[in-house]
Amino acid sequence: MHIDWGSLGLVFVVALASVVVLTSLFSFAVVGLSQREAARESGGSGTGPLAGAVLCFALCLAIVGYGIYLIVA
Amino acid sequence: MDFSLIVLVVIVAALAFDFTNGFHDTANAMATSIATGALKPRVAVAVSAVLNLVGAFLSIEVAKTISGGIVDDTKVTPVIIFAGLVGAIVWNLVTWLIGLPSSSSHALFGGLIGATWIASGSDAVHFGKVVEKVLIPALASPVVAGIVATLGTFLVYRITARAKQGTVGRTFKAGQIASASLVSLAHGTNDAQKTMGVITLTLIASGSLAPNSGPPLWVILTAGTAIALGTYLGGWRIIQTMGKKLTEIQTPQGFAAETSAAAVILTSAHLGFALSTTHVCSGGIIGSGLGRKLAEVRWGVAGKMVVAWALTLPAAAIVGAVAAEVSTLGTWGTVLIGLAGVVVAVGIYLASKRNPINANTVNESEPVAQPANA
Repeated sequence: MHIDWGSLGLVFVVALASVVVLTSLFSFAVVGLSQREAARESGGSGTGPLAGAVLCFALCLAIVGYGIYLIVA
Repeated sequence: MDFSLIVLVVIVAALAFDFTNGFHDTANAMATSIATGALKPRVAVAVSAVLNLVGAFLSIEVAKTISGGIVDDTKVTPVIIFAGLVGAIVWNLVTWLIGLPSSSSHALFGGLIGATWIASGSDAVHFGKVVEKVLIPALASPVVAGIVATLGTFLVYRITARAKQGTVGRTFKAGQIASASLVSLAHGTNDAQKTMGVITLTLIASGSLAPNSGPPLWVILTAGTAIALGTYLGGWRIIQTMGKKLTEIQTPQGFAAETSAAAVILTSAHLGFALSTTHVCSGGIIGSGLGRKLAEVRWGVAGKMVVAWALTLPAAAIVGAVAAEVSTLGTWGTVLIGLAGVVVAVGIYLASKRNPINANTVNESEPVAQPANA
């Protein structure tokens, strides 16, 4: 019997890393959107936070897309 | 390729199992989205169905594991596979009736192991492979998903603590739709593969395919379609258990739980681990309950689920073994088992009508299970 602890460990590490990065990025994007709303309510433009949020969302999409690409290719 | 009648019967049984797999596991992807209202129940199952079909085409690593792994290809006959499938289908239907999210994968493995053991002897079952490919992933995967989801949920709440709650709720609803879709895709890459593996195993056993072949295209297509149809039907009973009874779920938690489940399933499907999507998703939901401060995990419900997990493989194995014992007596035995399977399925369907749960009522029940109402 051969238990492939290496692969199992790899699953854990890859899943943990991708979830930490994805949930953090998404949360930062949410914070950005929230700051934009706050800025607009107080008369500002909120362009900076919005740009940050869009960048975070785009990174999320890119990571997910790359993950699916790795599986298909 | 020419098929004998028994091979055809096995293929039909395999697709029937795939169908039960679909509605049994809709909950894995969509329970939290339906519970938080991110998606309407009907929309959720439709999205999930389409993505399951897409996922079926993405990767065939898991299918290869099944057909070249836990039982001895050379000692398995189509009749044995048929008996194993009957065991798996019966267990899937029973657990659906009582709303328990047990693992379809373990039902399948259990049925096959039981049937092979009785019909071809214990040396036809590769117990080493069973431990390596089934038991270890079964123990490790919910823990891994749970830890990952706990951390993910913690981060989400920590980072967004001072953001406007309205924005948080709205945005995570959208995020949840994306993450739930990913789980459905992951489910297709993992669970649709299991039926493909079984059909491929049958074709090899009957000599239609060379040993160690991958699944032909028509197998991928029919298996993907069967699981998609089952998914669309919606296993509302299990959705209710996972979305409402395990822990109360907010959208950020649902997002974290689903992202974790998708990451774990996709990574391991890519490496050929046939882990149970049910175990992973349940682990993720519990983890998201732990990661949010003060969120209550109902350990009573979780405990019942774990008992069902532990029972799944042996219970399906026993049904599979009995089915194999009778089926191998001759053609009449196989016919008898087939009829018995149909009778059980119809009986369970009729029993479910006494206490129906559907798209309209799935979110209505009080979170605490009503006593003696089943």
